[in-house]
Amino acid sequence: MSAAEEVVAEGHEAVEAVPKRAMTLGTGTSLLVLAALLIVPAFVKNFIIFQMTMLLIYGLAVLALNILTGGSGQFSLGQSAFYAVGAYTSAVLMEHANINYALTIPISAAVCFAFGYLFGKPALRLSGVYLALATFALATAMPQLLKLNFLEHWTGGVQGLVVTKPDAPFGLPMSQDMWLYYFTLVVTVAIYIFSVNLLRSRSGRAFMAIRDNEIAASSMGVNVALYKTLAFGVSAGITGVAGSLGAIAVQFVAPDSYTITLAISLFLGMVVGGVGWLPGSFVGAAFIIFVPNMAESISKGLSGAVFGVLLFLVIYLVPHGARQIAILGQQFVGKLRKN
Amino acid sequence: MELFTNQVLAGIATGAIYACMALAVVMIYQAIDHLNFAQGEMAMFSTFISWQLMQWGLSYWAAFVLTLAFSFAAGIAIERILFKPLAKAPILTNVAGFIALFAIINSSAGLIWDFTIKQYPTPFGSAPFLGSQLISTHQAGMIGVTVLLLLGLYFFFQYTRIGLAMRAAASVPESARLVGINTSWMIALGWGMATAIGSIAGMLIAPVVFLEPNMMGGVLIYGFAAAVLGGLSSPFGAVVGGFLVGVFENLAGTYIPGVGNELKLPIALALIISVLVVKPAGLFGRHIVKRV
Repeated sequence: MSAAEEVVAEGHEAVEAVPKRAMTLGTGTSLLVLAALLIVPAFVKNFIIFQMTMLLIYGLAVLALNILTGGSGQFSLGQSAFYAVGAYTSAVLMEHANINYALTIPISAAVCFAFGYLFGKPALRLSGVYLALATFALATAMPQLLKLNFLEHWTGGVQGLVVTKPDAPFGLPMSQDMWLYYFTLVVTVAIYIFSVNLLRSRSGRAFMAIRDNEIAASSMGVNVALYKTLAFGVSAGITGVAGSLGAIAVQFVAPDSYTITLAISLFLGMVVGGVGWLPGSFVGAAFIIFVPNMAESISKGLSGAVFGVLLFLVIYLVPHGARQIAILGQQFVGKLRKN
Repeated sequence: MELFTNQVLAGIATGAIYACMALAVVMIYQAIDHLNFAQGEMAMFSTFISWQLMQWGLSYWAAFVLTLAFSFAAGIAIERILFKPLAKAPILTNVAGFIALFAIINSSAGLIWDFTIKQYPTPFGSAPFLGSQLISTHQAGMIGVTVLLLLGLYFFFQYTRIGLAMRAAASVPESARLVGINTSWMIALGWGMATAIGSIAGMLIAPVVFLEPNMMGGVLIYGFAAAVLGGLSSPFGAVVGGFLVGVFENLAGTYIPGVGNELKLPIALALIISVLVVKPAGLFGRHIVKRV
């Protein structure tokens, strides 16, 4: 009888347990991908470089959600709010205080970390759909808060703010887009390495213990409240960095760019990439950037339906996201080696 | 004081909309354990079907009954075709499926019936109810239908064999299967019933918010909030939650300075979250005890 009950209990686990080794790519593959990311921009048009920049930025935002959901098992529909705070922090600092764009990024990371950490405190009492609703509320409130009258002097109200795009420093012979791409790449790689190491550390193990079984984790001495809020803080901080980079890349911030739709896209990106598989975040980001455009080009009137059908196809074929493909690939390579 | 009572009354009137939707949300949550993000769009599509039937010359009630039958069948078909294959997939993948369904239905409705706002008739008339300017007969009728639905559901779940089987399948699927309940079909039945209830909600709401493909966006959010506030395991809680959210929203709009229409939703949600922080399973929800 206990076996049956255990099956039931397992079926109700919100986020499946991904072992921490399965959360990343091997060193060789990572270096290959990095090399490709370094070389490709030299051969493509500026618009494609811009799209690659956006891919890295959304990838970071999805990665942040992945740490929160895939790592610590907490679900959030409020990532767009953290993204907005990051974007606005950078924009306001650059336009009103004339601070260098590169310096605004650590500042917005800190601001968003604090914001996420504080939001995580009351959210501690909630889990599952209740937490989803709370974060959802945050996401719907954020554009309205940014439009508030007494903030208008700073935020530009409904109009938003225009952000100047930085030139390449030291007289490097690069277009603005290309410079921004490499700048984003450096930040992304740094954060990626940070996240991988975070999940391998003591804190990462604590996150995963909480994800797999909160009660068991707390009886093993994991400070559940601390690590849950910490996960929120880290996730918000990384999302904030993505928001800052996004504001600089798009050269514009406005309240209505950061609605719940953004949060939902980031969520879809995580599912498509594979929950709990960090490299998948970038695959998911590619999905949420390119597939809507593809759907639009297939049929203008029915673009939503085409997008929905494509999404259904993806989740039928690979219910565990891109991670599933990676695992299959690994097994295939393993077989080849044995032979 | 009169302002207060008036606002409460107006809140109850809008609350009836949310209560209807929340009831549908709870129904499907009972059956499948997820919140269905596409529920509002499904209700919107059903409402369009009934509108189309009326355009073709059917009477309101004929269209109403046909739409109910259609929605019930469509709900079952969606479950069988789209979501049964995902039964073993992770929960978050299922949620992505709901979002995909949302996009498909919304965009198809837009293509078939376009995005212009359409009038939708009401069977109850729109005269003031009992001489009050704040509640119209339609809104009173809506409250009445919601209460009737709630009673009907209560009797269905408490006193019929199939209601009992559905409850068993939802709470302990393994054991339910051992005593011979076809749990997979119970889930399909849950989808069918939830879709039918959603279509009733849609047809009652349409005269108030007007008919268009995006009519359910706002309503569904409030419906979710109401369902969560009342406790997702309790249909009664969902209805109470719906009325509370309606009243909350109206009072916040009236009494908190600087709250326009824009901030009503965030404030209502913030209040609900404060309630949840004190009572994490909702007002009437059963607290789920976890096994380690």
